[in-house]
Amino acid sequence: MTAMVEISAVHKFFGDLHVLRGVDLEVERGEVCVILGPSGSGKSTLLRCINELERISAGRIVVDGELMGLREVTRGTTTELHRRSDKDIARQRSRIGMVFQRFNLFPHMTTLDNVMEAPRKVRGWDKARARTKAEELLTMVGLSDRMEHYPAQLSGGQQQRVAIARALAMEPDLMLFDEPTSALDPELVGEVLAVMKQLADSGMTMLVVTHEVGFAREVADQVVFMDEGLVVERGTAAEVIGNPQQSRTRDFFAKVL
Amino acid sequence: MGRPMTTPVPELINARPVPRPSTWVWAAVVLLLVAMFIHGLLTNPNYRWDIVGQYLFDPRIVAGVGWTLLLTVGSMVIGIVLAVLMAIMRQGTNPVLRGVSTVYIWFFRGTPIYTQLVFWGLLSVLYPRLSLGIPFGPEFVSFETTVVFNAAIAALLGLGLNEGAYLAEIVRGGLNSVDRGQTEAATALGMKRSTTLWRIVIPQAMRVIVPPTGNETISMLKTTSLVLAVPFTLELTFVTNALGNQKFLPVPLLIVAAIYYLVITSILMVGQHYVEAYYGRGFDDAGASRGATKGMSRRQQAILAAGTVRTNPNLDVTP
Ligand SMILES: Nc1ncnc2c1ncn2[C@@H]1O[C@H](COP(=O)(O)OP(=O)(O)OP(=O)(O)O)[C@@H](O)[C@H]1O
Ligand SMILES: [Mg+2]
Repeated sequence: MTAMVEISAVHKFFGDLHVLRGVDLEVERGEVCVILGPSGSGKSTLLRCINELERISAGRIVVDGELMGLREVTRGTTTELHRRSDKDIARQRSRIGMVFQRFNLFPHMTTLDNVMEAPRKVRGWDKARARTKAEELLTMVGLSDRMEHYPAQLSGGQQQRVAIARALAMEPDLMLFDEPTSALDPELVGEVLAVMKQLADSGMTMLVVTHEVGFAREVADQVVFMDEGLVVERGTAAEVIGNPQQSRTRDFFAKVL
Repeated sequence: MGRPMTTPVPELINARPVPRPSTWVWAAVVLLLVAMFIHGLLTNPNYRWDIVGQYLFDPRIVAGVGWTLLLTVGSMVIGIVLAVLMAIMRQGTNPVLRGVSTVYIWFFRGTPIYTQLVFWGLLSVLYPRLSLGIPFGPEFVSFETTVVFNAAIAALLGLGLNEGAYLAEIVRGGLNSVDRGQTEAATALGMKRSTTLWRIVIPQAMRVIVPPTGNETISMLKTTSLVLAVPFTLELTFVTNALGNQKFLPVPLLIVAAIYYLVITSILMVGQHYVEAYYGRGFDDAGASRGATKGMSRRQQAILAAGTVRTNPNLDVTP
């Protein structure tokens, strides 16, 4: 079987700003990959490129064997690249769950409706099926008693757990987390990390951008250190965090740890 | 253990307010002026209150009120539908539709409503026959312009098209006021643009869109008097002016019209008050926690408290 995520030589420009400068990365099925790196190194941009919230400028991103955002069309002996239609891209995105730093729950919907919305509108599930799924997931993240609450009535940690349930409701093959605990008060970080760890144990493929080095040590199969739009170092947590080979990595952990 | 379970209620502060004598001075001055004004109004024979009373329920005038209401409601409905369409087109990916909406807003905001109404009235003169078909090719349907574009339709369309341009800007402002993270979250879940718009963005934007639309409705009530440019001659202002001139009594009939406009505006304002309370207009995020949310639904309170919608105080636009 191929890897779940294959990123090769990906570049991204914002105007003249060269944010990703040739990123290579592979994430196996069921693997948890934690991305660490200083602010502005392009971690969020990389995640956003994976589910096409941003268009890459060069390179290839393949998720579950499918080229993201593009199609290769063979005409005789030449192979052309065609952009995928909006509908096709939406289908690709629906296979990938994303959790944001600022939760981005839909404030006008209850917890239950937040989780049921995409399965109903994107997958076309009937209400009963979506509800069963949503209740199951909200119970899993420990919020079975908050189903009729609105996001504004929940703590940050609870909101982020709803956001995780909302992403999982689409039964994704891959979950992306962009600093899921950075907006939380310190005492609420643990409950979110616990849900993520539980998810990792269940075999979900996960790409996690975080500053929680402890989480990386405990849960990550692969740790990636990024700086200035490049993957500087990758390996197990013990290798990258415990015994970094590059001076940039050593400097970073010297400050963080 | 030994400590009482309930906290004793302390004596609540009940202090005398700072005296503000200026309040009473102003009250006396205003009261005096109002009394003088009302006295003048009632005793001045030029107002002819007998005529006012005689014409207040004249069937022609009551019918005029009906037409005015119909024009107001009809043109607002046309305006709202157009505005939503134009605002969506302007945000969309199709450059042709984006251009259409930009030009529409530019033109209808950029020319006087009076001129537009004259034009709609002249349509049947400029184009005696309207037909649908391929340019220089065959015609599919064709009809007499005057049959379809009678004065009432011309007035409705004229007002509605003009209003749509203003409301489009209000709707656009509303859509832009919703946090981008909302669209991103929906997009990341695989939702189509249209689903994201109707299910996620517009319900939150309503808070910004609806209150100024109420304002526009009140403004429209009076703008309907301009349809004499078409000319459409059945609405309140035209009817009262015509009767007044006919009887050489313009003043009492102007008063009759003013009374009706005031009554309808008052009713609309009551409605507007409830709508604004429902959407929590003028309350910031902190307002929600201060409990300034009486009359709001749970859902609206939740949107307000989440702070995903920026309210722009400059959004009230009136032609
Ligand atoms: N939409 C955009 N337009 C222009 N520049 C952008 C955009 N998004 C990101 N950037 C720039 O790209 C660079 C990388 O940003 P990115 O958000 O990926 O960094 P990051 O590693 O996630 O940082 P942080 O840890 O602060 O979240 C930054 O310099 C940022 O200013
Ligand atoms: Mg980031």
